[in-house]
Amino acid sequence: MNKEKIIEVQNLTKQFGHFTAVNSISFDVYRGEIFGFLGANGAGKTTAMKMLIGISKPTSGEALVAGFDVKTNTEMVKRSIGYMSQKFSMYDDLTIKENITFFGGIYGLSKIQIKEKTERLVEELKLEEVIDKLVGSLPLGWKQKLSFSVALLHEPKIVFLDEPTGGVDPITRRQFWEMIYAEANKGTTIFVTTHYMDEAEYCDRVSIMVEGNIEALDTPKNLKSKYNVASMNDVFLKLARNAE
Amino acid sequence: MSIKVQNISKSYNKIKAVEAISFEVKEGELFGLIGPDGAGKTTIFRILTTLLLANEGTASVAGFDVVKEYKAIRNSVGYMPGKFSLYQDLTVEENLKFFATIFGTTIEENFDLIKDIYIQIEPFKARRAGALSGGMKQKLALCCALIHKPKVLFLDEPTTGVDPVSRKEFWQMLKRLQQKGITILVSTPYMDEAALCDRIALIQKGSILKIDSPENIIKKYDKIIYDIKAKNKHQLILDLKNYPSQYSVFAFGECIHYIDKNSVFNSTDLQNYLLEKKHMEIEISVSNPTIEDVFMDL
Repeated sequence: MNKEKIIEVQNLTKQFGHFTAVNSISFDVYRGEIFGFLGANGAGKTTAMKMLIGISKPTSGEALVAGFDVKTNTEMVKRSIGYMSQKFSMYDDLTIKENITFFGGIYGLSKIQIKEKTERLVEELKLEEVIDKLVGSLPLGWKQKLSFSVALLHEPKIVFLDEPTGGVDPITRRQFWEMIYAEANKGTTIFVTTHYMDEAEYCDRVSIMVEGNIEALDTPKNLKSKYNVASMNDVFLKLARNAE
Repeated sequence: MSIKVQNISKSYNKIKAVEAISFEVKEGELFGLIGPDGAGKTTIFRILTTLLLANEGTASVAGFDVVKEYKAIRNSVGYMPGKFSLYQDLTVEENLKFFATIFGTTIEENFDLIKDIYIQIEPFKARRAGALSGGMKQKLALCCALIHKPKVLFLDEPTTGVDPVSRKEFWQMLKRLQQKGITILVSTPYMDEAALCDRIALIQKGSILKIDSPENIIKKYDKIIYDIKAKNKHQLILDLKNYPSQYSVFAFGECIHYIDKNSVFNSTDLQNYLLEKKHMEIEISVSNPTIEDVFMDL
């Protein structure tokens, strides 16, 4: 694998009053890697992710995302990344085409670029018949695949996916991961959180956060052999249980 | 029968949410509705908890008809909706007291039932519900649904978005409630939770595809699934999809689940094909099917 660092995190910390949500975490993510960011509810994942996408200021520590400092250069950080979550993806009361145009505009694409991108998406995702339908009328699985593509409109170096497959049916969930693999193969870095432990197995490396700390970080294979268990689910249970 | 559903159908403006659904849940049974978002699970819950009228069909809960005797049902069931629906600006204790009062009881009267769960949120009893973490909200909602000692408990996706540790704990709580004689109807999009139910209904696009115990559903599955591994998983999926006799190819944890069209399958041929495609570290072995495999093949 390419060892070019695309995310560099050093002693990143976030405190809310006396509560330390993220406690001096350090890790690197490499270009083209699928990096799984796991942890229990309340372990500090979302807080850490918010700092990495430039919408929450670290209390201390450093993080470079695509070479830009998340403390001082948030605008460039935001331009270099794509973001998609289960909770917010696209506007339900705009059509697919309108959503693509809107997000293309937000990301600073020209009219010609937006037109080209729209045509390509129509072809790749077979959208001919639904392009003028409201996004709200689409099944969840479609929406998620589409919003992944929209998050990639401006060809970001890194895309952050926050529980992208929650509630999606098992077949669509796998189609979604095939899209992720294809995108990673093109060199895009994928930073993904999930509660499906089978999906943790699809990542090149995973980190597991427990109470604000990164307790483990390695390939799924190495983690399983280190903790002497058969699945990532068991690795997770072992780590998070010991914390209590 | 604790829950009886016969030919229930419901449409919203011509969109069919559920169509001719029938199932029964025995007293004291832990019954799972397993299916993705949009399958119709919530519609079934809303009809059974008398919040929504079906277009067709009949249903009864705890012996009461969902239309004619809706008031009796409301007193005998507990319902935890998928969306957090407690009062955000009341404290933990106030919420619980409120629900107890509404049902004409007190926290003390049925404390036994909720004790195991309540002691976990008790340290935060003065905190407003809106300021609780996801896992705490879920525990409070369960306490509120149990405070009047219902005969039947309805839980709509109680574990969606919940991490694996909390999910495991939640299912252990359900098992304990079941032992106290409460009938439980629970829905989930997580297929691995299906195995924890006594019986399950697999549901998709408004129809029930199968009802049985998880063990029987797996036992009756007649296709042979192969676990396939190789170093480059993405390329492996692409190449397997181009293999002439492939029936289905899906990523499953660390392996690819592969089903062949032919009943006589020669793994050496596939191995040679993959070697030709320059795959490394190839492993092919027979897999044990899971509920998710069965669901995906329906």
